[in-house]
Amino acid sequence: MIQFFNVSKIYSPNIIALDDVSIKIDKGEFVFLVGPSGAGKTTFIRLLLREELPSRGQILIGGRSISRLRPREIPFLRRNIGVVFQDFRLLPDRTVAENVAFALEVLEMPRREIKPRVEKALARVGLTARAHFFPHQLSGGEQQRAAIARAIVNNPHILVADEPTGNLDPAIAREIMNIFLEINRMGTTVIIATHAWNIVNSLRKRVIALERGRLVRDDREGVYGYEA
Amino acid sequence: MKLRTLGYFVRQAWYSMWRNAWLSLAAMASVAVSLFILGAFLLLAFNVENIARTLQSNVEIAVFLKVETPRQKAIATGEAIRKLPGVTAVDFIPKEEGLRILSQQLGNEHDLLGALGGVNPLPDLFRVRVSDPAEIQTLAAAIASLPEVEKVNYGQAVVERLLQVIRWLRWLGAGLILMLGLGALFLVILTIRLAIYSRRREISIMKYVGATDWFIRWPFLLEGLFLGLAGAGIAGFFLYAGYNFLVQQVRLALVFVPLVTDASLIQMSIWGLVAGGAFIGIAGTYFSMRRFLRV
Ligand SMILES: Nc1ncnc2c1ncn2[C@@H]1O[C@H](COP(=O)(O)OP(=O)(O)OP(=O)(O)O)[C@@H](O)[C@H]1O
Ligand SMILES: [Mg+2]
Repeated sequence: MIQFFNVSKIYSPNIIALDDVSIKIDKGEFVFLVGPSGAGKTTFIRLLLREELPSRGQILIGGRSISRLRPREIPFLRRNIGVVFQDFRLLPDRTVAENVAFALEVLEMPRREIKPRVEKALARVGLTARAHFFPHQLSGGEQQRAAIARAIVNNPHILVADEPTGNLDPAIAREIMNIFLEINRMGTTVIIATHAWNIVNSLRKRVIALERGRLVRDDREGVYGYEA
Repeated sequence: MKLRTLGYFVRQAWYSMWRNAWLSLAAMASVAVSLFILGAFLLLAFNVENIARTLQSNVEIAVFLKVETPRQKAIATGEAIRKLPGVTAVDFIPKEEGLRILSQQLGNEHDLLGALGGVNPLPDLFRVRVSDPAEIQTLAAAIASLPEVEKVNYGQAVVERLLQVIRWLRWLGAGLILMLGLGALFLVILTIRLAIYSRRREISIMKYVGATDWFIRWPFLLEGLFLGLAGAGIAGFFLYAGYNFLVQQVRLALVFVPLVTDASLIQMSIWGLVAGGAFIGIAGTYFSMRRFLRV
């Protein structure tokens, strides 16, 4: 469970990126984070990952305040949160399987445990056949699948994605969203910041809307609600 | 840390070093040059000190009495010198003996005394040996203050000059080593900084998937350590070979120059270089990480 209590984030000198946001996201939910450019969606995600500290307020994950974490504990928070970005961020000199394995290697997991997990993650995103391709040999959609596989290979409780379909055409975007839905069905909390209004509108999932840092809307089965 | 992880770190450091091979090489060479010079100065200082010490332990104090001193007073002065603490032996060389030695040196058939008009111009002389060379200066001063003594001479000029050279060498060496050391440090910082830069994508992903800070830092620390130790190795090799060569040449040509050949001293110098290399490598990495690897 994720809880924001009156969270504000002010960048120096006085840019208010988030303004007194309180919200609760239950375990296993699927949430779209929408709002115009500059509304604070990326800031919301960065706070969740503890890349930034809130200027005011508290963020709890699983009942624990993440602002109170000591620097040494931050990596262990992140092992529980998978992240996917608009620009995929795959390592160009490694194959898909190696990219996915990398996320476990750097956690010092034994190799014999890594291999089956990587295979399973690649199967979940439908990329088994491309396991030994390099990123530059893949389409954008396939690269994003690889990035998703990397984000879920350690079985995080939470998966966040910042405009994961921003670089993809609508048909591929829909495929990627289906993968997120599938991951969510297995119990993972999924939070997606997006501008893909047609997908948001058709899925009727929870929609949290931000505008100039403020929480303006929180609908159970919401729509995008902005001019595309 | 698991053994496999250590292997991973070493591999990462190794690859990273090769990725910027030229800069790594420059950093190594720079570390090597500054450490070589450090070692050369150390050995030079050891040797000059050794020479000074050898000279000092060989010197004796030559005590010249006033020319007109009567024999009786001269002998009494000799007794007084003998009683001073730290004096081990006193040889009396009366003026007649001095003249005899001098004329012997000039050639026996020469009538030196006649040439001098029948007056011996030489003073009576004592040769004083002391137990502790370090005390020589105080003893010489004490002897010089005796009433019949004209002057004392203990080769202070040479010894003092050498001590001066040592002091001067220390300053020069320290200055030079500081400058070169800073240069080497700078190159190590640059190399590691570039290594961090070329791995910034990996580092960013490692942070996102929850690698610990130390997991991210270790390869760079090892890379810095490699650079420093490789530099130290190169410097140590050339220093050792060069010094051995020098010792052999000197032994053949300048037998009387007592070069230090004490193996433990040379070993110590080389360990000093290794420690210096490790220090430069780790310090350089530390500065790079503080500025460019905010994990
Ligand atoms: N590091 C930063 N320093 C200063 N201001 C920042 C920083 N990061 C974000 N901001 C500001 O905070 C506000 C919110 O930015 P944020 O990136 O969260 O918006 P967003 O909703 O993700 O926008 P977009 O849809 O364009 O990605 C913006 O006004 C932005 O300029
Ligand atoms: Mg954004």
